[in-house]
Amino acid sequence: MSDVLTPPQNPPPAPSMPLKPLGKVLAITSGKGGVGKTFVSANLAAALAKRGHRVLVLDADLGLANLDVVLNLYPKTTLHDVFTGKAKLEDAIIKAPGGFSVLLAGSGMVEYSRLTPEVRDDFIRIMESLVPRYDVVLLDTGAGISDVVLFAVSLASEVLLVATPEPTSLTDAYATIKVLIGQQKRQSIRMIINQTARLGDGRAITVQLQQVLDRFVPGEPGRPIRLVHMGDIPADPAVRQAIMRRQLLMQNTPSCPAGLAMAQLAVKLEETVMPKLA
Amino acid sequence: MTLPDPALIDLHALRLDDARALIGHAGAANLPEPDAGPAVYLQGVIDSLCELSLKDPLTGLANRRHFRAVLARELDIVARSGNSALLLMLDIDHFKKINDSHGHLTGDRVLQAVARCVASCVRPQDTVARYGGEEFAVVLPDCQVSYGETVAERIRQSLSALSITVSPVLNLQISMSIGGAFAPVWVRSTADLWTERADTQLYRAKAGGRNRVCMDHQQVISVSAEEKSLLFGPLTMGEPAWIENVPNEATDSAMQRLN
Repeated sequence: MSDVLTPPQNPPPAPSMPLKPLGKVLAITSGKGGVGKTFVSANLAAALAKRGHRVLVLDADLGLANLDVVLNLYPKTTLHDVFTGKAKLEDAIIKAPGGFSVLLAGSGMVEYSRLTPEVRDDFIRIMESLVPRYDVVLLDTGAGISDVVLFAVSLASEVLLVATPEPTSLTDAYATIKVLIGQQKRQSIRMIINQTARLGDGRAITVQLQQVLDRFVPGEPGRPIRLVHMGDIPADPAVRQAIMRRQLLMQNTPSCPAGLAMAQLAVKLEETVMPKLA
Repeated sequence: MTLPDPALIDLHALRLDDARALIGHAGAANLPEPDAGPAVYLQGVIDSLCELSLKDPLTGLANRRHFRAVLARELDIVARSGNSALLLMLDIDHFKKINDSHGHLTGDRVLQAVARCVASCVRPQDTVARYGGEEFAVVLPDCQVSYGETVAERIRQSLSALSITVSPVLNLQISMSIGGAFAPVWVRSTADLWTERADTQLYRAKAGGRNRVCMDHQQVISVSAEEKSLLFGPLTMGEPAWIENVPNEATDSAMQRLN
């Protein structure tokens, strides 16, 4: 069969419908798992924090993101406690090593992976109270096109899609792009290509994806669909090292090729995306 | 290109007897007499041979060669017009049993009856072909999803309502499984990919219990085989002008050090 990501058989639930996106919120998502979404979220947050921004990273995979693992954090209080009324939101926000804040969902949140209207409302309420306190909020979402992912992405005003040059990752990225365009009426999606082997690979990949989109997914007249290539992160042994040590690349070896690329990505976000978020 | 002067063609020097006999056996009408003039006669022979080469002798439907040509032409049109086209693959259920229990002549009668029935269910611009054995194919140009579904279902119902008289004492009932796939619009797919998708649906119909229609719709969420092949294939178009081309100095120098 030709389906890459098996779409839900029933009509998509309400959460995937476009909500009013919140300003200053960036979703970091991917079609396939294991392409470095959480790694990018954490290190991008550190790079932005280094440049003087107040950054919050939120585990929008409701407990399934590995943000705690990547950052080596084991907070006593999580979003789950806030949801269940055991703690205040302020107590769940913790300082991460890279000078930014994180809000971890906590393992109990897995119960909420069924996205009921109550969970949605709670989540939106929390987001609305969080957003004014930061310059930028990064949502580390799950992979693929589940209703939780689509809901989290629908809250963001901009989408950063992480993919690697592997064919499976690209096919899933393409499928995700189609869904975001079709269900959320997104017009632009920003691409980050992780683990590139050669200079220019990421751009070539973005162009290729764009051309297939142009053929198969015609936008509305006057509203062309645009993939914006934000940057490449080169394959770099230092990344693996940092991950194995459970440290941030931006703290461990900020001047390694991948670290420099991450810093460059932060500059580009600052210049091209953040002014639009305000 | 200059053609030889027709007056120079000596019909007696051409060995046309075999061709003439072939055309005669196939019952092709309208073959002009040799005294109509060499050019007219020769053209008649060529036309008749062409016609023969495109037809399935048993059913009179388009044969597989003709079908492939229609498929290729249709892919071309779909790529340019943006109007989708539907390909149906049809297979008679348990045909082997008919052959085994009633003989091949009966089997042939059934094939002929099925061919007539399918042809009567479609529009004049649609092409019905015998794909091979007991498998048939229909190409429906400029076909909307709702219409395509209606036609496929109409074919299935007509066939199951059919009572095929194979001898004065024997009427046979048959059923057919049908798989369909729409050609993706605005894209030049290949005949192989298109047939494969329709075939997949036919297998689904068979596996689902036969005597049914299964269709491959172009879903927004799915990535078709055509898209996949393009994702990794070379694209000839130039880069869209607006793709942001900001020099990435940090990455560039870092990459150079890495390489």
